[in-house]
Amino acid sequence: MSKILVKNKEIVVPGEVLAEGMDNLPGLGTYRAGEQILAARLGLTYIDGRTIKLIQLSGRYTPKKNDTIICKVMDINFSGWRIDTNSAYSAMLSMREATSDYIQKGADLTQYYNLGDYVVAQITNVTSQNLIDVTMKGPGLHKLQGGRMIEVSPYKVPRIIGKQGSMVGMIKQATDCRITVGQNGRVWMQGGADSELLVEKTIRKIEAESHLAGLTERIQKFLEKETGKKLEVGSR
Amino acid sequence: MAYKKRLDGRKFDEMRKIEAKVGVIKKADGSAYFKFGNTWAYAAVYGPRELYPRFLQDPSKGILRCNYNMMPFSSKGNRVRPGGSRRSKEISMVTKKALLPVLDLTDYPNSVVDVFIELPETEAGSRTAGINAASMALADAGLLMKDLVSSVSVGRVDDKVVVDLDYSEESYDGGPVADIPLAMIPKSGELTLLQMDGLLTKEQLKEAIEMGKKACNELYEIQKKALKDKYVGGSNE
Repeated sequence: MSKILVKNKEIVVPGEVLAEGMDNLPGLGTYRAGEQILAARLGLTYIDGRTIKLIQLSGRYTPKKNDTIICKVMDINFSGWRIDTNSAYSAMLSMREATSDYIQKGADLTQYYNLGDYVVAQITNVTSQNLIDVTMKGPGLHKLQGGRMIEVSPYKVPRIIGKQGSMVGMIKQATDCRITVGQNGRVWMQGGADSELLVEKTIRKIEAESHLAGLTERIQKFLEKETGKKLEVGSR
Repeated sequence: MAYKKRLDGRKFDEMRKIEAKVGVIKKADGSAYFKFGNTWAYAAVYGPRELYPRFLQDPSKGILRCNYNMMPFSSKGNRVRPGGSRRSKEISMVTKKALLPVLDLTDYPNSVVDVFIELPETEAGSRTAGINAASMALADAGLLMKDLVSSVSVGRVDDKVVVDLDYSEESYDGGPVADIPLAMIPKSGELTLLQMDGLLTKEQLKEAIEMGKKACNELYEIQKKALKDKYVGGSNE
């Protein structure tokens, strides 16, 4: 007799029994011990038919292929740049992935990206040893100049972006700031000093309230109150 | 002379007042504090993060580093001095060995997970409070773990077997005393820490371990509740 012992979207802690019997399957973040399926990390349950998986809620960023991330240039070597990804592993940005310009042998690479510069890059490959390759060729991938940077939990990034970018689009519309959200939990913004502060305040509010229902409406009301503008939801 | 009643009036199988909270250090990837009466342990987890010097790196899995430290004002006596000591080094090591069996760091080759355990106030049972706090902090850091670890000290005071000794019991001079800190994986009942200091019989040791296991199961529920409290309902404050 198999049964699932938890509800959908319930918080569970490591070692908690999620299901009994052999009819259910352990998904991501769970493991099987004998007849039982147990949680292998702290997370939110997600029951999909017979499979139970856990959605991670906290922790450091783990690099994944095709993620767009905001990185800082750490070091420069012969063939390119070593950049910090806000995770346990640094990434390699090779010369040919950095720019379509022709770079002469022995050229000074600091004229493209200098130490301490921030760039928006996309992960092209992650190996089993977590060696990361990134590219700067693609829409929206560029060097960040000016503005300011804040760090958020990487597991809240989907809520900050919203469905098809609706949430970040709304903040942009309300504040007239340029905003880039990296999957690795770094958020860059540029605009007037006051509106940058408002963006940060809004993002902190999203972070704190992301698990409560009706988030978009609340953020919309909050932004309308702060700016006095009427906002259209879903516009980008 | 028999030990009829505990010096602070607790039952023989009763622990001191327990308090646990998760998410107490904002900048850390995971954090918690745990209190056994006047023994107060903070744990903060950083990582997985880059590990240097490079010769420490393990290409097959991430490594765990634990650091146990009693703050210089945490208690009186000659064991409390600023900086590390042989004692703190040993406790750091046993803490690491108590936590490693539940952790799975194979996803993070060449990296390190740092656990810092700081004790602002101590009065016996500090390593067990440290392990409890560290295990909650590791779970809060979102790491893969097959279970939490719960830890308590048991022991013998004169003719009685007791759980969670405080300082007055550890230094009881009306008869023999033994102090046994232990840590357990609640789900499987496996012990990951078992140390002993003092004198006791084989039967007393068995009885003490059974009592400790029972107490660990109670602790597990408290740890579980503290972890859920951070995420359910309330904000992340």
